[in-house]
Amino acid sequence: MPFFHDHILSIILFTPLAGMVVLLFIPGENKNAIRWWGNIVMFAGFLVSLPLVFWFGQEPAKEQLFKFTETHSWIASIGAEYHLGIDGISFLLVMLTTVLGFLAVLSSWTAVEERAKEYYSMFMLLDVGMLGVFMSLDFFLFYVFWEVMLVPMYFIIGVWGGPRKLYAAIKFFLYTLAGSVLMLLGILTLYFRYAKDTGHTTFNLLDLMSHSHAWPFAMQVWVFAAFAIGFAIKVPMFPFHTWLPDAHVEAPTAGSVILAGVLLKMGTYGFIRFSLPLLPQASADPTVVKVMVWLSIIAIIYGALVSMMQRDMKKLIAYSSVSHLGFCTLGIFALNPHGLSGSVIQQINHGISTGALFLIVGLIYERRHTREIKEFGGLSNVMPRYATLFMIVMLSSIGLPLLNGFIGEFTILQGAFEVQWQWAAWAVAGIVLGAAYMLWLYQRTMFGPCENPKNQALKDLNLREMMTLIPLIVWAFWIGIYPKPFFNVLEAPVKQIVETVNPSFGTHASAKVRLNPQPAAEPASAAPGRRVAQTASRRAGVAH
Amino acid sequence: MTVRNLTALAPLIIVSATALAVMMAAALRRNHAAAALMTLGGIAAAFASLRAAAVLRPLAIGSSEAGQLLVIDGYGLFFMGLILLGSAAVVVLAHGYLERQAEHREEFYILLLVAVLGSMTLAASSHFVSFFLGLEILSVALYAMNAYLRARAISLEAGIKYLVLAAASATFLLFGMALLYAEFGTMSFDYLAGQMTAGIYPNRAMVTGGIALMVTGFGFKLALAPFHLWTPDIYEGAPAPVTAFVATVSKGAMFALLLRYFYSTGAYRLHSVFVVLAIIAAASMLAGNLGALLQNNLKRILAYSSIAHMGYVLVAFLAAGDLGPEAVTFYLIAYFITTLAAFGVVTALSPADRDAGRLGDFEGLIWKRPALGGVLTLALFSLAGIPATAGFFAKFYVVAAGADSGIWRLIILLVLTSVVGLFYYLRVLVAVFSRPLESRELAPQVPFASAFVLAGLSALLVWVGVFPGTILRAVKAAVGSLRY
Repeated sequence: MPFFHDHILSIILFTPLAGMVVLLFIPGENKNAIRWWGNIVMFAGFLVSLPLVFWFGQEPAKEQLFKFTETHSWIASIGAEYHLGIDGISFLLVMLTTVLGFLAVLSSWTAVEERAKEYYSMFMLLDVGMLGVFMSLDFFLFYVFWEVMLVPMYFIIGVWGGPRKLYAAIKFFLYTLAGSVLMLLGILTLYFRYAKDTGHTTFNLLDLMSHSHAWPFAMQVWVFAAFAIGFAIKVPMFPFHTWLPDAHVEAPTAGSVILAGVLLKMGTYGFIRFSLPLLPQASADPTVVKVMVWLSIIAIIYGALVSMMQRDMKKLIAYSSVSHLGFCTLGIFALNPHGLSGSVIQQINHGISTGALFLIVGLIYERRHTREIKEFGGLSNVMPRYATLFMIVMLSSIGLPLLNGFIGEFTILQGAFEVQWQWAAWAVAGIVLGAAYMLWLYQRTMFGPCENPKNQALKDLNLREMMTLIPLIVWAFWIGIYPKPFFNVLEAPVKQIVETVNPSFGTHASAKVRLNPQPAAEPASAAPGRRVAQTASRRAGVAH
Repeated sequence: MTVRNLTALAPLIIVSATALAVMMAAALRRNHAAAALMTLGGIAAAFASLRAAAVLRPLAIGSSEAGQLLVIDGYGLFFMGLILLGSAAVVVLAHGYLERQAEHREEFYILLLVAVLGSMTLAASSHFVSFFLGLEILSVALYAMNAYLRARAISLEAGIKYLVLAAASATFLLFGMALLYAEFGTMSFDYLAGQMTAGIYPNRAMVTGGIALMVTGFGFKLALAPFHLWTPDIYEGAPAPVTAFVATVSKGAMFALLLRYFYSTGAYRLHSVFVVLAIIAAASMLAGNLGALLQNNLKRILAYSSIAHMGYVLVAFLAAGDLGPEAVTFYLIAYFITTLAAFGVVTALSPADRDAGRLGDFEGLIWKRPALGGVLTLALFSLAGIPATAGFFAKFYVVAAGADSGIWRLIILLVLTSVVGLFYYLRVLVAVFSRPLESRELAPQVPFASAFVLAGLSALLVWVGVFPGTILRAVKAAVGSLRY
């Protein structure tokens, strides 16, 4: 057991890879064996990550707030190491990845008949890449995982996708690669600066972070810009979102689930893990904050408005992702505990709700081979189980209290409100619009008489299909009813980030004030003071 | 000539002797397999003798009046090793390829060995005379190799084009050398270095003019923009194994010389030279990556991509500093492996009457011939610089070298054009992964030896990509012996 405990991250990371290697030896004609093996491996991937849930609370932090860390030398001459570790933020995202990874593969049981072996091996490779991104504490290792993940996703869209799959796959690959090469320049800038200052070359994130106060402000802004483009394309933030609807519409169901559920979180995770702690002065710069916040608000409202007008269910959900991710980035750049922890919770929520929504669209697409909203109507009469599950998922996406979406959105709005009430006011409009397009979608597809003869004989969900959705729904209720464990896990890392990036925060907004029922006056008057403090800290940064 | 000298020159002598031996053997009795095996044996022996030569290094060869002609140092030996390994792969691939051709086959290996000799001479030369000698040995062999398949018009065209342009560029090179000689009265890199670093050049115009003319010569050989126009035609026309050789060994040898020449003489420190080379690098990255977008033939796409890649290497070269030469050398190693793998697939797929190349030839390759499709996919990802392949770390190292030296404009252009580059690699991949529409007739069976080489190259591609540490240490040691 100690070996398992000490190397748990490596084991989680490489379980899918080991499964993939075995899969390559299964002959391609044996579709059943391939399917079973694919599901077993991904389920095993989830099982080995499960002990984290029980251990994470008691586990002492080994390096700063990071637990379960592992370090091995890798490319010594450039200072790159195999260095893994997780804190509360990455812990939640790792769990999201293993759960969604398994459910996505489970949902492909009947959907993918062609070239099944390659399909499942691509999913396993994708899983390795995603887990690696969330676990890496070495910038070089992170970058390798970040890029390597594009390859399986490209193939999943490009080989098993819809009619315009090639266009979508290439667009996806080019957009994200363009962002990440700029990010690489940012990484190298920090790397060489650190080497120059200390005479020691390393990609170790913790070392670089400990040095973040010494980066000059001008350099921070440049690096921030390079990172921000890379992450913003991944999120995707307005105006870098145009690859997303194409990729989603063309991707197979499981691909969309992973894309929306996990891949998009890498952008927001990048902001939280790298931009904020590594470039604190640039991240807290009033102009930067203003740009990022308004881009988020535009994304929230624009994404919602565009969703409303979609005729394709998948496209509608894709645009709703733009809107929901806007909340996540808004929360991040509120730069306070509520905003940040709400953002992480909302990332998990989006993974759950949107992942489930894509599964739901996939289920109907598998039956009818169309996703046009006008092709459907009155499905609740023929598919009651489907309609029920759809309703719960839809309500969770809208943010109904007792379900997960509410918790995340509320906390983010609270965080935004503490800084500027206008931000929250605009963002609320997005929630209203969100309710509108989701309810309208539900009404048009589920209610009314079932007139289309093709729909009248549709089969309701079987057990396997329900099992792809039920774990997500249980999780949605858990966050909605009792979110405390999630916030507990996030408390320490979020606090540390806020202390780094927004050091003046604690002085004027104590916990009591934040829980005050009428906080309107307090943040409004506090905001200018904070700006002064930020400017001062920025000046201090320059003086370094 | 002492024993020391002979040992130091053993790699060159063995390669020359093998060329003669193959020629004799072919005159006595034609046997394709025997010729290929003798060639491989000679290359292996030359490779083994590198070790003995390494003990003596560094050793300068040549009379003192003329200055040293060759220098056998760690750096030169390292590149000789690389050239020999690359050539060995070409020999194996060529054997499978020529088996399907109606031509006489044995002479090919003689030409190849002569070209290898020329390349090795370039890697070791430290004097204009040996430089020109090596270059001409290499070029003359290449003229014939390009036109080797006499029955194919396109191959003859490639040979003629290469002949005319290479001869023209050689005259530029000679004239440049003459100008420098007129100014400094020496043709040895060492003496040039002494005088150039001391800043003793009364006539600046002669020096910069001389260097500019030499750059033209280099530019042609390396297919750098704007001297790149021959590349696509020759890549397309030449037999696939020859293309592989031109793309890797010939360019690698040239870069080995370029590095030694510019670093040892310090010529790259001249501002005007730096600016010109920077413009050439930028032009190559743009011309290569944009030109490839319009192509529909894999050989032509790889030709344009090689222009871009040479531009990347030039960026690393310009970065200089501690990392520059290492980045150049590492990049060349990765490029050797990747390009040989890509052309290896083209070679293996080529039927008797033409070379595979049109994108249609590769349609559905991954489903029809999974192993070959997989190798090509890996090679394309490596060319595009995707992690877990050699090409990624090589490109990373180039960018790192550039960032270290602060040549940001070139680095930003590099990363942006490599995104463009990804697009045309993906176009090829789209074909490789598409549904096979029609089954074009392609070469049936991949011979065991070629399959073995391709498997080895793919394994290297991934190994160097994931664990570059070993190669990096070797590169550091080799480059460390380069005095500058």
